[in-house]
Amino acid sequence: MSEHHLDAKRMLCPMPVIKTQNKINELVAGDILHVTCTDPGALSDIPAWARINGHLIVSHQENDDEIIITVQVGK
Amino acid sequence: MAKKHKAVALISGGLDSLLAVRVLQEQGIEVEGINFYTGFCVEGHTHAIRNHDKDKQKRNNALWSAEQLGIKLHIVDVIQDYKEVLLNPKHGYGANMNPCLDCKIFMVNKAVEWVKENHESGFDFIITGEVIGQRPMSQRKETMPIVARESGADDILLRPLCAKNLPATKPELEGWVDREKLYGFSGRNRKPQMALAKQFGFTDYASPAGGCCFLTDKNYSDKLVDLWKGRGSREYEMDDIMLLKVGRHVRPKPEFKLIIARDAGESKFLEGYRKQFITMQVTSHNGPLALIDGDISAEDFDLAAGVVARYGQGRDAEQVDVEVSIPNEDKQLRQIKPLSTTDVLEEWHV
Repeated sequence: MSEHHLDAKRMLCPMPVIKTQNKINELVAGDILHVTCTDPGALSDIPAWARINGHLIVSHQENDDEIIITVQVGK
Repeated sequence: MAKKHKAVALISGGLDSLLAVRVLQEQGIEVEGINFYTGFCVEGHTHAIRNHDKDKQKRNNALWSAEQLGIKLHIVDVIQDYKEVLLNPKHGYGANMNPCLDCKIFMVNKAVEWVKENHESGFDFIITGEVIGQRPMSQRKETMPIVARESGADDILLRPLCAKNLPATKPELEGWVDREKLYGFSGRNRKPQMALAKQFGFTDYASPAGGCCFLTDKNYSDKLVDLWKGRGSREYEMDDIMLLKVGRHVRPKPEFKLIIARDAGESKFLEGYRKQFITMQVTSHNGPLALIDGDISAEDFDLAAGVVARYGQGRDAEQVDVEVSIPNEDKQLRQIKPLSTTDVLEEWHV
């Protein structure tokens, strides 16, 4: 298992979702990806994308204008 | 055991694609969704930049549809490839700058390519939510075969909602799908789709009108044409198409325009462009942030600042302070008199 980071700041949805999807396609089951975004839409879209594609949202944090969503890659 | 057939569905997030998938799921077909992002797709999130839209539900309808259907959704960035479609549509434009028939051909072709790239997943055919007569240009009986042929999908393109009005496709001829259980919808009347949605238990679906592209919007298209005219080139980048969705666009001179935030939400969004654009903001009063797009000469700074000041709370003051920030240079402070409503000419508004 390895940890990875993705900067999706200033991108408007669905770009943070697309970047997350493309990054996760390079990872293996169990890997952790921390996605940093600024579009509040990502708070609903990345979890929705993760749910339908079999990945797990581990946590999400909102700090000032940034949102960090942590996803664990599913099988 | 008979092979279970698989289809990939173009998911826009509207009602038709939602229904098309469910119709096939009812026949035991395994479906995955694909959604293409051109950059011009209407997204609630873009509107949510503005303060008054903050309470709107933030949801991507394609993802929402996929979740309702219990299918995977693959979102594909086609921004670069879509440029050729927009700039040189073989079949011309529909409403405003929407190259709708070429767009449909492009998306089905992208789905064909995607199926080939993902051949190990074993997709047998492609489905769309198209309905004959639903759209004046891209969804007519005469254009349906054009989409199938020019996209390269040919007989593996199935439209479950209007299949009975079209020649049988491979999935029907091979018996993968029962044609009798498909539909023969046609025309702009949405009642059959609404009735089918009710039958399937879908109540909270996206607007039945289904418009999903900014290029069908006159104001947006006017801004795009103005951008090209101002630059003397029909090129555009992702930031350009995002910025056309934001702010008040005012062009006092052919060489440059101002993108002026309409509220704090838009000002905050435009802040992210400070390193790329000259920006102006009134500092002596509350006022919006504005970007300068184009080539502005130093002697036009006061004109631009006067326009920006017109939209701030100091609009009636004799003089206001305007901070001008040029990327990689020191900030300048200019004292100017805001332009009056009549000074900002109607024809400057894009």
